[in-house]
Amino acid sequence: MNLTLNETFLAVFCSLAVLSAVATGAGQWAARHTIDPARLARIGILNSRIHSSWSVLAVFTIAFALGPAALLVVFALASFFALREFVSLTPIKPSDHWALVVAFYVVIPAQYILLGFGRASVFATFIPVYVFLLLPVIAAIRQDNERFLERVAKVQWGMMISVYCISHAPAIATLPIRGYEGRGPLLLLFFLLVLFLTDLLQIVFSAVLGGRALRSNPNKTVHGVLAGSICGALIGWALWWMTPFAPWQALVMSLVIVGTGYLGSVVLSAVKQSLGARHWDTEFELTRGVLERLDALTFAAPLFWQITRYFWVIRADV
Amino acid sequence: MWLTRLLVGAYPRWIGSAPTAAQRIYFGNHTSHMDTVVLWAALPEELRSNTRPVAAKDYWDRPGIRGLIARDELNVVMIDRSREDPNADPLDPLKDALEHGFSLIIFPEGTRTAQPLPGPFKSGLYHLATEFPQIELIPVYIENLHRSMPKGALLPVPIICTVRFGAPLALAPGEDKDVFLERARAAVIRLAS
Repeated sequence: MNLTLNETFLAVFCSLAVLSAVATGAGQWAARHTIDPARLARIGILNSRIHSSWSVLAVFTIAFALGPAALLVVFALASFFALREFVSLTPIKPSDHWALVVAFYVVIPAQYILLGFGRASVFATFIPVYVFLLLPVIAAIRQDNERFLERVAKVQWGMMISVYCISHAPAIATLPIRGYEGRGPLLLLFFLLVLFLTDLLQIVFSAVLGGRALRSNPNKTVHGVLAGSICGALIGWALWWMTPFAPWQALVMSLVIVGTGYLGSVVLSAVKQSLGARHWDTEFELTRGVLERLDALTFAAPLFWQITRYFWVIRADV
Repeated sequence: MWLTRLLVGAYPRWIGSAPTAAQRIYFGNHTSHMDTVVLWAALPEELRSNTRPVAAKDYWDRPGIRGLIARDELNVVMIDRSREDPNADPLDPLKDALEHGFSLIIFPEGTRTAQPLPGPFKSGLYHLATEFPQIELIPVYIENLHRSMPKGALLPVPIICTVRFGAPLALAPGEDKDVFLERARAAVIRLAS
């Protein structure tokens, strides 16, 4: 298929808008024709996901219209809100104040600026190496050694998940793949579509098939996750024409996305429970629950980026 | 305003009362300089123009950005903590604002406490309650803000804060000052859990 970036995006965008519209309509219809409270609750969750598909579409339209810088700003904000949420749930002491000030006001902008300048090697080592060494220094200067390792580790973990991992999503759009120049955003769209649709399908199939609920997420069941994952991977396979991959490669990469995404949501749900989150579930405004919405992305994005970079950028140049 | 929202959220939770236009005195725990702005930001927009925070004159009434925020944005009622004139009642400006129909935001601890739970309350709240018995007294608990901006910190760390509004409190007939103040403090503490 020899469509330009704009044509491809327009095609994808229109089909997504139609899909979202149909889903919104179906969701509203279902909500009005059900009385069973358990089903109603499930439909409510489903509708909230469908609702967020509109915001995803809006964000992407803006990003495509304004160029890659807008994409960076959007994801930098996502990092900011995710880190804010993580810090809110983590017990911290006043002596951690400076470390957190650096984390919010220096590390987040620096990470996305490094990405904007295309310094992939610095971008990939900045937080795991330099920030990892810097933050404990800042904390140690304060001479407060009570539970030192625990506090430093929590701040570093928050940085890794909410800044380092999330920043790999826009990084997918900047990978210099030969023969795929200028179409990076489409690869990101492919990645997000597979992730998002898998999540949606897992919820739908869980509601339809029933069965034993997952311990990490009461909205999903074992059968639902399996069926949703398979369908998600097949969708990725069918979307191979958006990517630089051959069809079988697209299928493998989709399986990577689906698998790591699932592991990500399991791990983050464990983190959430160990922090004793009381507000995480109960509040659903736009800027809250960011971590929960992005849980699958935090694991899938870095791996997808690394694998794609290794096989399609580094190996291709050799 | 939007900056406060971005940094600390300031999400309201109306637990024992609803946001209505009734004349009220909101009293809450005081943990940081941002309390005033955060509580004010948590109120619905239509109530904000009619609600004036009470703030210490020695801190807020200064030239520069602080004074600008205090006067223009928040429409603060200044209270004189130092009591330069021993005969003047420091509560006069507050009473004046209440007589003009404004709602007030006060922090009865009088100073910031670097802990989650409030310290003992000063008597100003009691005096206002005796003089204006028709005004609803709403306890407010601001959660998490002491973590966002500990005493002495220059920059706030973004942390999600919620502002909880409790059920109105009334002064019982003939109630002793200390008993009432302790009861008011307990009402704020109850919102903390």
